[in-house]
Amino acid sequence: MKKINDIDLQTILGNVLRYGVWTALSVALLGGVLVLFTQSNNTVDFSSFIEQDHNLFQVIENVLMNVSKGNGEAIIFLGILLLFLTPALRLVLSLVAFILEKDWMYVIISLIVIGIITLSVSLGFSH
Amino acid sequence: MTLLTFTLIMFLGAFAAGFIGSLSGLGGGIIIIPLLSVFLGVDMHYAIGTALVAVIATSSGSASAYVKEGITNMRLGMFLEMATTAGAVAGAIISTNAPTSILAVIFGITLTFSAINSLRKKEDHLVLPNESSKLATQLKLNSNYPTPTGEKVHYGMKNILGGFSMMGLAGMMSGLLGIGSGAFKVIAMDTIMKVPFKVSTTTSNFMMGVTAIASSVIYLQKGYIKPSICMPVIIGVLLGAMAGAKVLMKANPKKLKTFFAFLILALAINMMYNGIMGNL
Repeated sequence: MKKINDIDLQTILGNVLRYGVWTALSVALLGGVLVLFTQSNNTVDFSSFIEQDHNLFQVIENVLMNVSKGNGEAIIFLGILLLFLTPALRLVLSLVAFILEKDWMYVIISLIVIGIITLSVSLGFSH
Repeated sequence: MTLLTFTLIMFLGAFAAGFIGSLSGLGGGIIIIPLLSVFLGVDMHYAIGTALVAVIATSSGSASAYVKEGITNMRLGMFLEMATTAGAVAGAIISTNAPTSILAVIFGITLTFSAINSLRKKEDHLVLPNESSKLATQLKLNSNYPTPTGEKVHYGMKNILGGFSMMGLAGMMSGLLGIGSGAFKVIAMDTIMKVPFKVSTTTSNFMMGVTAIASSVIYLQKGYIKPSICMPVIIGVLLGAMAGAKVLMKANPKKLKTFFAFLILALAINMMYNGIMGNL
């Protein structure tokens, strides 16, 4: 098997990060414009925090449902989720690269990092 | 306040934060929080969530350029991410349970520390690969980076466990306050592990996104992230950071740095005062 060299990997990761951020920002901006056109005169107040207790999958489901209704705020939220996906994708790509290089020590290290992030999904909300 | 007014103020404020963050070298996220909570009356939890989103945007944006240049040490980044993500999860859990006043005081202390640290003279280290510690060699952390003239600088590092622990603390502050924790990461890599300056700054930037998603998952589930606040802030911070980078190339960075460090110190004191008085 061809040994992926670090330069290839770096180019791919650089592109993932760049296009990921631009895609996320464009989606968020689109949602923002939509929100400003439809509800710019609504009053906003963020002075008190209302704690929520949704799990990640409910959050995503909610966002996707409202995006399909053309809700601007949900479209911004989709952009933010895409922004979060960018580093996650680069994490998975690094794992793949370490597997291709057969660097098992770093495969395990990458899996531990992915494991900690996955764990945070279940630690975030009270059951 | 109407949404339109709020969005415009937020955009201008975030632009200023990105600008100052880039000139002072502290990053935009750390300035967004006092801006939102002290000046615009946004609850600190929302401010933290928004800052974290801004941190992911700015760090991924600049990391893309650095990674391509081949300066980032990806093994070092991945290894230290074990510490930062674990710390970030712990920090985010503390953050969701801590009262606002305590968060404000911790934030003020961190901001003070970062401002002072940005003024400290930094020493660039170069540990040759054969002087590297045993653990660094076993973990394959020794590497090289290209100089503008095309030569390769080979380097090693030391005190891996010390740096790893400091990174855990950096991750915790990041999860607790929604900041990039650049100052703590620099201490871990430069001062403790003796990594060359170029490698440590780029690798720290590279790690920020992954560290931030560990806590952002928790923030998302707790409702810290409000789209209407985030949208103008991300765009403002990014544009401000770009403008700051342009000015940095022309102006005298030392004088600017000192000026902004004092400005940030004033913000920190203001934040602690308001936190203690229960105004936030």
